[in-house]
Amino acid sequence: MYRSHVLVCGGTGCTSSNSAAIIEALEKEIEAKGLKDEVKVIKTGCFGLCALGPIMVVYPEGSFYSEVKVENVPEIVEEHLLKGRIVKHLLYDETAQTEDIKSINDTNFYKKQKRVALRNCGVINPEDIDEYIAMDGYQALAKALTEMTPEQVIEVVKESGLRGRGGGGFPTGLKWSFTAKNSANQKYVVCNADEGDPGAFMDRSVLEGDPHCIVEAMTICGYATGATEGYIYVRAEYPIAVHRLEIAIKQAREYGLLGKDIFGSGFDFDLHIRLGAGAFVCGEETALMTSIEGNRGEPRPRPPYPAVKGLFAKPTTENNVETFANIPQIILKGASYFNSMGTEKSKGTKVFALGGKIRNTGLVEIPMGTTLREIIEDIGGGIPNGKKFKAAQTGGPSGGCIPASLIDTEIDYDNLTAIGCMMGSGGLIVMDEDNCMVDIAKFFLDFTVDESCGKCTPCRIGTKRMMEILEKITSGKGTLEDIDELESLASYIKDNSLCGLGQTAPNPVLATLRFFRDEYIAHVVDKKCPAGVCKALLSIVIDPDKCKGCTLCARKCPVGAISGTVKNPHVIDQTKCIKCGVCMDNCKFKAISKK
Amino acid sequence: MLKKISKMPFRGTPEQAEKLQAVIDESKNDKSLLMHVMQQAQLIYGYLPYEVQKMIADGMDIPIEKVYGVSTFYAQFALSPKGEYNISVCLGTACYVKGSQGLLDKISEILGIGSGECTEDGKFSIEACRCIGACGLAPVLTVNDEVYGKLTTDDISGILAKYQA
Repeated sequence: MYRSHVLVCGGTGCTSSNSAAIIEALEKEIEAKGLKDEVKVIKTGCFGLCALGPIMVVYPEGSFYSEVKVENVPEIVEEHLLKGRIVKHLLYDETAQTEDIKSINDTNFYKKQKRVALRNCGVINPEDIDEYIAMDGYQALAKALTEMTPEQVIEVVKESGLRGRGGGGFPTGLKWSFTAKNSANQKYVVCNADEGDPGAFMDRSVLEGDPHCIVEAMTICGYATGATEGYIYVRAEYPIAVHRLEIAIKQAREYGLLGKDIFGSGFDFDLHIRLGAGAFVCGEETALMTSIEGNRGEPRPRPPYPAVKGLFAKPTTENNVETFANIPQIILKGASYFNSMGTEKSKGTKVFALGGKIRNTGLVEIPMGTTLREIIEDIGGGIPNGKKFKAAQTGGPSGGCIPASLIDTEIDYDNLTAIGCMMGSGGLIVMDEDNCMVDIAKFFLDFTVDESCGKCTPCRIGTKRMMEILEKITSGKGTLEDIDELESLASYIKDNSLCGLGQTAPNPVLATLRFFRDEYIAHVVDKKCPAGVCKALLSIVIDPDKCKGCTLCARKCPVGAISGTVKNPHVIDQTKCIKCGVCMDNCKFKAISKK
Repeated sequence: MLKKISKMPFRGTPEQAEKLQAVIDESKNDKSLLMHVMQQAQLIYGYLPYEVQKMIADGMDIPIEKVYGVSTFYAQFALSPKGEYNISVCLGTACYVKGSQGLLDKISEILGIGSGECTEDGKFSIEACRCIGACGLAPVLTVNDEVYGKLTTDDISGILAKYQA
């Protein structure tokens, strides 16, 4: 038995800010102080509060040390672990404000969350199967294989109300039943871990923090649908996730939880990992299967659906990582455990990757039906630097945005669809008054133009034409007719593209047009970018009252656009200015601004 | 995706060819492993010039057209060599709204090369990437495997200086 457990985050975010060195220093220091038999150091998956990484939590107290540096380690070991005195000045501010130090679980960030898919992330060592088993791991598989028929498993999943977490929202149990119905000599289970939405990292965190739950869930799915082989398609950009999955699969094989005759039930199942190579379209289920087969990841027309003719032309069930992550809990605790959470048509919880202009960037899991306001203000800690909330973008390049006026929207599949937005896979990017919505629409369209696979014309050429119009608008050459043209092209592309990528590509443009039309009009009619982002529509000016005539800006200007004499206010020649902003960055008197 | 194709002469070594052959031998019975072989080949050679793609095509008994089709489809496969230090600036949404485009512009300006290009001395190359998942640290860039987060344009010259020595 250990007296204390020290959990250090080993997710991508914290690893990037050097948590590996902290673990090393911690182990060395603990050894030096002779505490090796009393204190255990565990490298966990993602805690979620990435903004404050590297994160260290000491149990049993639940003391939450944030932004830990290697230099802090000796003090924490000496004071906290040896003498039992919590090092207050290194704690996360919020937990140290009162006399009684708050546990990590009582902070605003964690209090409102409900962790189902992320339940083991930041709790267990993901590279140790025994820790997963200690948290009831593989019990759901045992229950399914020894006490339930495949039909009963599907029935429970159906009853739970679980819907696809990759963004589509299709009922998972129904999907499984389609594959189960088809007889074939070989069927497959595929896990979609090709998290392509830029700014989303829910799936990565699950794979890094709790890889065994995906192995377990896929095996359960195999049993329910009659598949004996599974593929996990992971982005190559996630090396830590791939490494931990490999370990998990190896351990599960050693324990007989993958392979032949699992739990003596006569059921065989095994898993393979395939690495993606950076193509957004491969997140689409048919494109993903084409890619696993070793081809260009182009989508195939549906029908036939994957449940009939999927991977290697065999019946296949494909689910997203987060969808699978819910399965063991549903099987173990029953459908009612899951469907008691959430709203009428969206059950359970949803994980969001909170990013952009928000204080607590990171990963949050909330019950469906939580309002956007609660996510942003309570959990997210609000917008930094006293700026005003403008909009939240969900669903990435396929999604839309929720403007400030709808901040009280309860987040679920149907409410978001009703306002022309979508749940998406869970990226939630917060934007403040400094973000230009036309520029954001252009950013996403640039992404889809780049990622369009080129197979069908509406997507390949249509998105490109939309992009050209947006470029025209942001460079100050747009007309009101261009806005109409954008809308008509958008609806054409939506209706005629082959796969989900093209069908949803116009969404960011449509959503911003719907809620921020005035910004488009400002670009087109007034030739102004209200947020001050679109370079061509800005001018950089020197305030003569603040300028001291130090000549620094004139010397720094790369194109010689600034003139003036010493100790007299300078001026910028707008015909020469390239709006690079170097003068603004260098001015010591804050006399230069964008207008 | 538009790719820049290198005109540099191929300088593969027999050791590299041997390593690649071993990967091919392991995988040639399963044609669906093509991407896996190409990923390994890129690890061995740093990029996938025509000569390497041809070796894969012959070894796996897959038409070169198809290998080329796959190599040009996926962003990960590089047809031009990368610099000794490959700088990858994240242009994922979270980083973009926090100004990562400015970082990319600044690096281009200092090194005098654009995204997807390599400096003449082979020291630096720049690329824009889509989300490495470290959104909590936005905006981020990586130099080879080293991650730099929460950056401003003022940090750039300091970072480059570390590698210029």
